[in-house]
Amino acid sequence: MRRSLSSQLVASILVNAVYEMKNYPINLVNTVLSPLSFLVVIDFVSRGALIGQAIEGGLIMSMFQSGMSLQGDISHLKNDFKLQDMLVSSPVSPAAYVVGMAASEIIYNLPALAILLVLGGIYIHPGALQALELAAALVLMFLTSITIGFMFATLSSDIVQSFAWSRLLTTVFTAITPVYYPITYIPFPFRYLAYLSPTTYVAEIMQNAAGFLKLSESVEIADWAVIVGLAAVLLVVVSRNARWKEK
Amino acid sequence: MDQLITEKLSKRYGSSSMALQEVSLSAPSSGILALIGRNGAGKTTLVRILATELAPTSGSASINGIDVMREDKRLRERIAIVPQEARTVAWMTPKQSTLTYLMWRGFEYSEAKKRAEESLARLKLDKFADTLNRKLSGGTKRKALAAMVLASEADIIFLDEPTTGLDPISRRDFWEILRELAKDRFIFLTTHYLEEAEQLADTLAVLGGGRLVAVGTVPSIRGRIRHQYSIKLPANSPVPGVAQGEVTTGRNGEVQILTNEDEAFAISKKLSVAGTRFSIGPVSLDDIFFQLVGESTQGEQEAATMGGGGGASW
Repeated sequence: MRRSLSSQLVASILVNAVYEMKNYPINLVNTVLSPLSFLVVIDFVSRGALIGQAIEGGLIMSMFQSGMSLQGDISHLKNDFKLQDMLVSSPVSPAAYVVGMAASEIIYNLPALAILLVLGGIYIHPGALQALELAAALVLMFLTSITIGFMFATLSSDIVQSFAWSRLLTTVFTAITPVYYPITYIPFPFRYLAYLSPTTYVAEIMQNAAGFLKLSESVEIADWAVIVGLAAVLLVVVSRNARWKEK
Repeated sequence: MDQLITEKLSKRYGSSSMALQEVSLSAPSSGILALIGRNGAGKTTLVRILATELAPTSGSASINGIDVMREDKRLRERIAIVPQEARTVAWMTPKQSTLTYLMWRGFEYSEAKKRAEESLARLKLDKFADTLNRKLSGGTKRKALAAMVLASEADIIFLDEPTTGLDPISRRDFWEILRELAKDRFIFLTTHYLEEAEQLADTLAVLGGGRLVAVGTVPSIRGRIRHQYSIKLPANSPVPGVAQGEVTTGRNGEVQILTNEDEAFAISKKLSVAGTRFSIGPVSLDDIFFQLVGESTQGEQEAATMGGGGGASW
C-alpha cells in the first residue's frame, strides 16, 4: 500500500489542534489571551511607549509556548492515552509524528499569532527585509523550544510534572526575561543572568530589527550565532537521545 | 511460514530481575493466540517486544518470517496494537479517533473516512460515532479502540488485556468483536481471564515468572497435566481418602480434589453415598493454570478475580 506522508502530518494537526479547538473552543480563548494579556499590561504601564516591544514579546512567547506545549501534549498522548505506543507499532515514522505535532502547535496558536501579526503590521510596520529577519528569529525560537519540548516529552512518564515544567519554563523564559521589554531595563549585574535564556537573544535580534534597540554589528552576529548554534546542538541532542522504541 | 517464533527471548529492565527468561515459542500466526499469566509474569513485556515497541536484552523473534528486531519497519506495515491501559483521546469522537489513526498509518483522508465509518458500523458503534469519547461507557471506549485497529490494513493485531475492567456483558460483547477480527487476521491476546482464553483461543500460551510454561491448544495442554478431573467440596466437608491425586484447601476452607478419571468417579460414588454436596468435572483452565504455574492454595485467591472456568462448577 502507498502511504501518504501528508496524511500522517495532517493526522497530528487534526488530533492536537483542530479537533481540540473544535470540540473545546475554550482552549482557543485561553491560547489567544495568554500572550495578549502581557501585551496589554506592558502597554498600560508604559503608556504605549513599549507597545512595539510588547508585540514582539507576544510573538516570542507564542512561539516558545508552542514548543513547550508540544512537550505537554506529546507526554499527554503518550502516557495518558498510550497513543504513542499505538503509533510506534504502526508505519508512521517518528519524524513524521514529531513534525506533524510541531505543526499542530503552530496551528493551535494561529489565532493568537494572527492577532499579533496584525498588531505588528500596525505598530511596527517592518519593511520586507526586517520582516524576514523577524520571521527567521521566530522560526529559530520555535525550533529551539520544540527540541527542548520533545526531549522532555520522551524522557518524562509523569504527565502532571510535564505540564508543570511546560508552564514553569514558559514563565521563566518569556515573562521574567527581557522579552516584553528591552534588556537595558535590567540593572547590570542581573543582565548576565538574562543571557542564560535563548529568548533574550531572539528578543534582542527582533528589537534591533524593529529599531527599538541599537546593537553593534558584532553583538548582533553573536546573538544570531548563539541562537543558530543552540538550535543546531539541541537538534543533534534530541535526535540522539529522544526515544521512540524503548531500549 | 505463517508462524510466530521466538528463540530464547529475554528481557531485563535495568538491574532488576528478568522480566522474560529465554522464552522460546513456536505457534501458528492465525486465529487467536491467548497469552495468560499472573501479574508480572511478563505478558506485556513479550507483547511490547513482538510489537516492536521494546528491544529485548537477548534472543530473537519473527512473525511470518519477518525478523521483529532487524526488520521492525517492515513488520510495522502489518501490525497494530491496542496497548494495556490504552484510552480513547478524551476530546475526540470514535469517528475522529479512527479516522486520524488511519491517516497516521498513511491512508488518504477520503479512504480513511470510508474505512472508519465501515469499521464503526461493523462494531455497531455508528450511533456513538460523533459522541465525545469522554462521554462513552468503558465498554464502548474499548470497542472504539478495537474499531481503530479493525479499520486498519494490519493483519497482525496485538491486544494487551483488552477486556480488563469491563463488566461481564461488555466482555462477552467484546469477545464477538475478537472473533470477528480473527476471521481474517492473527490476534495476539493477553488476558487475566482464563475463561476468556478458553472461549477464544486457538492457541494458548502460559507464562509464569517470565518463563514459558506451556503452549498449545487448550485440549492439548489439558492432556499434558497430571490430574484430569476436579472434585470440589464446600468448607468443613468430610474429605475421602485420595490415593493418586492431590487435595488443596482454599482460603475459605473449600476443598478441591484433583485426580484421574477413575479415582474421581470412585470418590464421587463415596460422596454420593455419604450425602455430601460436591461438584465434579474435567479440570478447568483455572485448574490447569494453577497446576502449570505451580500454584495451589495461594492461587485460589487469584481465582476469585480471574473468573470461573468451564467444566467444574463451584
